[in-house]
Amino acid sequence: MTSEPGLYHFLFISAALFFIGVFGFFTRRNLITMLMSIELILNSVNLNFIAFNKYVWPGKMDGLFFTLFVIAIAAAEAAVAIAIIINLYRSHRSIDVEIAEELKF
Amino acid sequence: MSASTIIFYLLAAFTLVNAVLAVCTRQIFRAAIFLLFTLIGVAGLYFWMQYEFIAAVQIVVYVGGITVLIIFSIFLTQQAGELLPRPTFTRQLFAGLAAFCGFALTMLQVYQHSFTGDQSKPLDPSVANIGHQMLGVDEGGYALPFEIVSILLLAALIGCIVIAARATPAGKSNLSEMPKKEP
Repeated sequence: MTSEPGLYHFLFISAALFFIGVFGFFTRRNLITMLMSIELILNSVNLNFIAFNKYVWPGKMDGLFFTLFVIAIAAAEAAVAIAIIINLYRSHRSIDVEIAEELKF
Repeated sequence: MSASTIIFYLLAAFTLVNAVLAVCTRQIFRAAIFLLFTLIGVAGLYFWMQYEFIAAVQIVVYVGGITVLIIFSIFLTQQAGELLPRPTFTRQLFAGLAAFCGFALTMLQVYQHSFTGDQSKPLDPSVANIGHQMLGVDEGGYALPFEIVSILLLAALIGCIVIAARATPAGKSNLSEMPKKEP
């Protein structure tokens, strides 16, 4: 692993980041920490896009644009998710997914 | 081993260690701070690849926006100093097993595959080039997705206001039902 860092190093990092996020998503039962795991997963995808754009297709910028759109959609998703979480906290006094098991109240 | 390689490994280790701590710590505020460091590490990796614009967007949107939003929602919904419940051992075991097996499978596939692409004439990912292509309407332009994302952001804005500003139903006042904290 002493060679110059290249595409495979970035794929390793992004795969590790993705599965750390998956582990967090499976183990956590608090909605905010699950949201954090989703952010980790989205970041690993962005890193993948940028690495492929730099090392495989340096003559195009499509990976860069995908990353920009993923960041914009992730911001919108986080805002809506937090609005839902705060509303859930108002009605259930908890943001544990085990407690929020009915869809209406 | 050159300085840039050392910086790369330092950034990678920083990112991954903080990511592991973010999903393993039992204090939710610390988890948010570790997530913040992870996002900064990813921005550093973008800087290392010389995609400065993406790194700047990462810092502005993720580090400056989403993390602050998460920290605010932690303050609004958690009792201070309360630890998260420890997940059951079987759940931890199977989640770790699933994550590890998925990681091993992915890396096996990646290392067996050799990526061939177009290595001719690297394009400079400068802000001018990005702007020209993002708002271009000719072949390869991203004007239509740009407009669609702007509509999505507007929808998210209106949706947040509608969800968060909903009137609380009668008998469920916000202040009168605060849970009594045990001394």
